[in-house]
Amino acid sequence: MFLEKIQKLGRLGLTFFERIGRASFFLMQLLAGLPGLVVHFRLVVQQLYSIGVLSLAIILVSGATVGMVLGLQMYNTLIDFGAEESLGPTVALSLVRELGPVLSALLFSGRAGSAVTAEIGLMKATDQLSVMEMMAVDPIKRVAAPRFLAGLISLPLLTAMFSAVGILGSFFVGVGMLGVDDGAFWSQMQSKVDLHGDIYNGVIKSIAFGFVASWIAVFEGYDAVPTTEGVSRATTRTVVHTAFAVLGLDFVLTALMYGEE
Amino acid sequence: MSRRALEIAVGIFIALGIAALFMLAMKVSNLSAFDVKAGYTLTASFENIGGLKVRSPVRIGGVRIGRVVSIDYDSEHFEAIVMMSVDNRYNELPSDTEAGIYTAGLLGEQYIGLAPGGAEEFLRDGDRIDETQSAIILEKMIGNLLFDGASEGK
Repeated sequence: MFLEKIQKLGRLGLTFFERIGRASFFLMQLLAGLPGLVVHFRLVVQQLYSIGVLSLAIILVSGATVGMVLGLQMYNTLIDFGAEESLGPTVALSLVRELGPVLSALLFSGRAGSAVTAEIGLMKATDQLSVMEMMAVDPIKRVAAPRFLAGLISLPLLTAMFSAVGILGSFFVGVGMLGVDDGAFWSQMQSKVDLHGDIYNGVIKSIAFGFVASWIAVFEGYDAVPTTEGVSRATTRTVVHTAFAVLGLDFVLTALMYGEE
Repeated sequence: MSRRALEIAVGIFIALGIAALFMLAMKVSNLSAFDVKAGYTLTASFENIGGLKVRSPVRIGGVRIGRVVSIDYDSEHFEAIVMMSVDNRYNELPSDTEAGIYTAGLLGEQYIGLAPGGAEEFLRDGDRIDETQSAIILEKMIGNLLFDGASEGK
């Protein structure tokens, strides 16, 4: 009875490390496939459309909403201290440093990552990947690598848009509706937000998240059990694992970037 | 969807992304704000610098003319040594200029305020400001006030 529990734990551990190993090996093949995409950039453009352009709506709407809500809530707290001019820096810093990269990555995995997993998983289930191999076309280079690269390019761009739209949203609420001073909103923001410390670090975060989110999405699809149920499970796993990975990585990156202050 | 429309959509997407990054860099961060491009260095030692930080502003008459470059501690004289870079446009500061550490508002950031003296000579690169005034530590002042009040009451 007790031994069985231990055995179960051991099996879980082994499966976990086995998957990590397979994912790492897959990543190396993926990275090896990237240089070949220079010649076939057409494939990447196609994926940039379905991964990046089609995610625009949800990213822009969420960004604006998050910015407006932040502006409203922060204003209610700050007005007690007569510090409503600090609305600009507060909103900008929280968006650029944390909320922008993390929320964009989570939305991205829900909107685009799951779709990539489902697409590749179904290709596998319907034997399209095996057919490619039989025609001497490497499915990793042809199918996986363009999607990975498109995700890696898209997420940082989407994150920048999320933060920018969020700041505009809080500007709209704070300055337009609640009457914070227009000049103070921007000038305080500019004096508090640092290009290197804040903006660059936010971009680095979003690149790291784009890497992880695209890697997980492509790998889960490629590694899916080729059945209807297997694909649906893989899709769920993509969203869940991306959320864990992004949130964990965000903590590590934040500690590395801002821990010394 | 035709190839052309798809490529246009992707092009717009990338342009929007770059525009957003550009806005974050120019409109939100301090890139466009004051930055010393060509400046000269002055040093000053203070007994206590309070909450002064590297990159804190250096002001004269409220106008920002430079920023703090480095803060060090001189363990021989038990003083904090502050190096600041001042823009070349303001290179005619009298040599007996006084430096003090002030706070913007009651709880605001701390900065170095310079008060020009009357000397004929000007401060040059690498010069040291001799007349300094330490930061006012609010807790100390409140402590003194309380202590004095208590001793008077006896």
